[in-house]
Amino acid sequence: MTKIQKHNTLKLSGLEPLIFTPEINFVNVGERTNITGSKKFARLILNGQYDEALEVALDQVRGGAQILDVCMDEGMLDGVTAMQKFLNLIASEPEISRIPIMIDSSRWEIILAGLKCVQGKGIVNSISLKNGEKEFVHQAKTIKKFGAAVVVMAFDEDGQADTYQRRIDICKRSYDILVQEVKFNPQDIIFDPNIFPVATGMDEHRKNALDFFHATQWIKQNLPGAKVSGGVSNVSFSFRGNNTVREAMHASFLYHAIRHGMDMGIVNPSMLEVYDDIPKDLLQKVEDVFFDRHDNATEDLLDFAETVKQTGKKEVVSALWREDPVEKRIEHALVKGIIDFIIEDTEEARIHLKNPLKVIEGPLMDGMNVVGDLFGEGKMFLPQVVKSARVMKKAVAYLEPFMPQVGDADYNAEQSSIKKILLATVKGDVHDIGKNIVGVVLACNSYQIIDLGVMVDAQVIIDEAIKNKVDIIGLSGLITPSLDEMVYVASEMERQGLKIPLLIGGATTSRIHTAVKIDPVYSGTVIHVTDASKSVPIAGESISEETRDSYHKKIKETYLQLRVDHEAKQQVKQLVSYQEAKSNPVYINWENYHPVKPAVLGLTVIEELDLKVLRKYIDWTPFFSTWMLSGRYPKILDDTVVGAEAQRLFKEANAMLDQVIAEGWLQAKAVVGLFPVQREGDDVRILDLEEKETPFSFHFLRQQGKKGKGVPNRSLSDYLHPDEKDYMGGFAVTAGWGIEEKLKEFQATHDDYQDIMLKALADRLAEAGAEYLHELVRKELWGYAQEEQLDNDDLIKEAYHGIRPAPGYPACPEHSEKRTLFDLLQVEKQTGITLTDSYAMYPTSSVSGYYFAHPESKYFGLGKIGEDQVVDYAERKGVSLTQAERWLSPNLAYNPSLAAQEN
Amino acid sequence: MNRSELLIQSSQQKILILDGAMGTMIQRYRLTEEDFRTPALQDHPKALKGNNDLLSLSRPEIIKAIHEAYLEAGADIIETNTFSGTSIAQADYGLAHLAYDINFESARIAKQAAEAYTLKDPDKPRFVAGAIGPTNRTASISPDVNDPGYRAVTFDQLSEAYQEQVRGLLDGGSDALLVETIFDTLNAKAALFAIQEVFEEKGIPLSPEEGGVPVMISGTITDASGRTLSGQTTEAFLISVSHVPLFSIGLNCALGAKELRPYLKVLSENAPFLVSAYPNAGLPNEFGQYDQGAEEMADQVEEFLKEGFVNILGGCCGTTPEHISAIAKAAAKYKPRLVELEKIGDD
Repeated sequence: MTKIQKHNTLKLSGLEPLIFTPEINFVNVGERTNITGSKKFARLILNGQYDEALEVALDQVRGGAQILDVCMDEGMLDGVTAMQKFLNLIASEPEISRIPIMIDSSRWEIILAGLKCVQGKGIVNSISLKNGEKEFVHQAKTIKKFGAAVVVMAFDEDGQADTYQRRIDICKRSYDILVQEVKFNPQDIIFDPNIFPVATGMDEHRKNALDFFHATQWIKQNLPGAKVSGGVSNVSFSFRGNNTVREAMHASFLYHAIRHGMDMGIVNPSMLEVYDDIPKDLLQKVEDVFFDRHDNATEDLLDFAETVKQTGKKEVVSALWREDPVEKRIEHALVKGIIDFIIEDTEEARIHLKNPLKVIEGPLMDGMNVVGDLFGEGKMFLPQVVKSARVMKKAVAYLEPFMPQVGDADYNAEQSSIKKILLATVKGDVHDIGKNIVGVVLACNSYQIIDLGVMVDAQVIIDEAIKNKVDIIGLSGLITPSLDEMVYVASEMERQGLKIPLLIGGATTSRIHTAVKIDPVYSGTVIHVTDASKSVPIAGESISEETRDSYHKKIKETYLQLRVDHEAKQQVKQLVSYQEAKSNPVYINWENYHPVKPAVLGLTVIEELDLKVLRKYIDWTPFFSTWMLSGRYPKILDDTVVGAEAQRLFKEANAMLDQVIAEGWLQAKAVVGLFPVQREGDDVRILDLEEKETPFSFHFLRQQGKKGKGVPNRSLSDYLHPDEKDYMGGFAVTAGWGIEEKLKEFQATHDDYQDIMLKALADRLAEAGAEYLHELVRKELWGYAQEEQLDNDDLIKEAYHGIRPAPGYPACPEHSEKRTLFDLLQVEKQTGITLTDSYAMYPTSSVSGYYFAHPESKYFGLGKIGEDQVVDYAERKGVSLTQAERWLSPNLAYNPSLAAQEN
Repeated sequence: MNRSELLIQSSQQKILILDGAMGTMIQRYRLTEEDFRTPALQDHPKALKGNNDLLSLSRPEIIKAIHEAYLEAGADIIETNTFSGTSIAQADYGLAHLAYDINFESARIAKQAAEAYTLKDPDKPRFVAGAIGPTNRTASISPDVNDPGYRAVTFDQLSEAYQEQVRGLLDGGSDALLVETIFDTLNAKAALFAIQEVFEEKGIPLSPEEGGVPVMISGTITDASGRTLSGQTTEAFLISVSHVPLFSIGLNCALGAKELRPYLKVLSENAPFLVSAYPNAGLPNEFGQYDQGAEEMADQVEEFLKEGFVNILGGCCGTTPEHISAIAKAAAKYKPRLVELEKIGDD
């Protein structure tokens, strides 16, 4: 029998559900789209800049808002029209309309207009007994017909509730009318019992915070189902201009309000201190005011606020923490990432605790747990966490010589109860930024990390796992051939009888691949991890004794369901035959197009690219996403949530770039080749400078998905003349020479932060190199776009003619073609970049690709292809069908023969 | 016992069988333009062929015969011939003014057929569900890609048209209302709003348990993404329409039985209402036709009968009395989904 909990909790929806389960501690309402609260939003709406106003909404969603408050109450504005227009536009943006809408207005006609525009279940904010019961009942009945939840203000005919008793009286009266007369679902009632300013100097305001807390508690205990919400920033109204005090007040207020039962509210995350970080004396004074602990509470806080104002926040804080006991100091250093005092503090703790291991398991791990919790709660960001880890590593490195060694009297093989996690990038793959980030984050959560590095053989992984008695194995990979290698590692783990959980991560991995290919070959728990922050709860659940069995069962069931669904989808997907696909190529009118002959045919080698020049070509957006800060550069620098952190990171990145350039840490090299070619079907034969045959051919693939009328089945070969001579090119560029030496220095000082930073920058420089080369090719070496005038923004938007897809990318996903490209361009000889067995490039910070010049050429994804094309492809390349199927396995629309799977 | 109580009682005893496609059956009659013209419409300036709902006025005997074929096949609930019966949908034919008549007559024809079969076998009472289609316009999607804020229809226009349809369906004798093929939840919310307005005006209670006319809802998952055309997940859709004490919620159209399964599971696990399903006869072939046979469909449907996902089962595009008969046979072997409502506070 299906047990359904009918009215057990508040359920809202946008395109996706938002369910107030008991696990949800607090739901944050994004309020930058409230015209009365955000000057920027008001300006945009009044100027009719709705597109930019939508970006404000998008930033809120990306910043973690779970509900979006939209308010258009502004005297100069037709609020009804503005509400309709904005909500209709939001409905067209799935990333925004994913979350429920809070229709916020003091005018009933605007609320009605809003209700008529949202398909999901939103919230009306707000109604009240202000104008009597009749209007209240009518409005509530109407809202119920639209199926929205409602915020009820503690307000009646006599005005706003300003005491505890008035708050609870009005809420009770409102609740009874709603539940008994209107038959409103009690779960859909949200009270706003008025957050009013404190420390105003007026006696009647002394109990404002306390009354709110108590009223909240009373509502939760006496009005079943009802929720409590509020606008937190009101409370600190008296301290406008003094952000140190305001941020502390918001954090403390929220902390206590949630403990008293507040479910949701409007909080500006950039105006919020971490509760635990509020200086104790300030916190004491703030809480004295909130709880009205003595007659001078307000005076004291005002006096204190003056000193904070004068000296500035930083100094007050830094002057104070050195006075704390050593455990607190270590915690502070870890949370704030301060490395300056860590050796002396660690030494003090070691003497105090008389055992180096106790220092690690005690204050250091405790501190890292705090960091882990703050990160998990979204109160710290990745770059901060990596800095914390740097402090941790330095402390551990200092303690190591003091550790008991084998043979010492106090040596104990099972010294530690700390769980161990083995991490490795699989054989054939050399990418490790993501893996290192996961390692850092896990280390912050009391796990010991055994990092085997990159290109690790399956047997080495298994041997090390057994030898070190690890609790989890984590595999990482960035390129598609790594997917097969992961399947192999999993099957070997099964064959050799391992039972430990296996975590799968990295850019190329996916939940569906893990479910379909990896999970079936390993009977232990296999879990795909989407990003570093998810690794902590997953690791915890998969090894904790209480949860591991149920978690194993749950994950296995989930993945089984995914496989079933996947199979169902496979059959839904319709393919056309390869023959039909070939007869539906990209339509290009060749009669009006004459291929441009490159100015410089053959190879051009650039021994040293100037990093000062490349720097100008950097696309910074992916750099921030490497650090798990999402948002587009340069807007991310002003983001309300991550902006401050992004700015700091950007500054430090540029400081390192200055050093990279001034001290010559990295060298960049490149080779470009442009050739006459002759197309033969979907193959392209490369000719030499006398236009004679060479041994080189590229083999392209063609989309086979069933297309709508007028939509082609694309292949990159379509961009070359079908019969006549045409031209194409290729390139390889690296910015990774010299990096190893520098990384070794960082590793010696356990500096993950600098390590990741330099790798991320080298990657960006390599991509910038590719951008620079492409421009050089368009304007000079090939010269088909000599007149082009584009700035970096246009380059990032690809506002130029021609493309540079790389083997392994969506349009041409078969990696082994990279070998041909490398041989043709003599990449190894000219630049030193090498290819692994899995066709990954080394140094990692390298980019290669083809050049196509035709103005119609576009990037696309190949999608799924049928067996007929794979058979043809194997023939064209002169390899076995099994080999071709292995290379193309992510793109196969069918299950290859058993033989292919076993190999 | 009134009709609502009788319907609730039947639903507790067995899986209720809904009828199959109306359009597929009408095609078999190979009708011409003349068949669609009532005497009053002889000089109507627009072509009317294809306006199937109009047949309730021009060729009522055909509609009645189709109802009878489905009743004969074992349907417990038949749907009125009113999928496009709103003034908005009829406006395309210049027949907005006939919307009330179409709904009233369609309900009356279906009611006559259902009553005749109930008389024949009083132990198997038959019911009429007034079909309320999505109209051909969407309230939360712009038809103009260059102007995403534009809407071809407003909530108020939809609500007004639906109110007229609901009045016609109720006046003609419908036992239940079925808001179906919902691809935009905002349209469905407008229909639910209209139903509440008309119930209030006629003094009908909203909850079927209090004697109200049962309201049934059926959404459409448009493709393998698992979302409605307007982008909602199945669970978000459920939450968005749960403010009305529904008789049932379910899914129909767009997909075949097999493809529908994962989304029915979501409803089965979360809906505090009965769950319905009336899939298409498989997926259309390259000519847009449905070629899944009755037995094959029954086999696929049996998969979710086994799992106890549904209370109400029928067919949508491409299904015929043969399909319904096969489905009814399969369903007779299984118990309906049993729901135990737990009312728990959150504190």
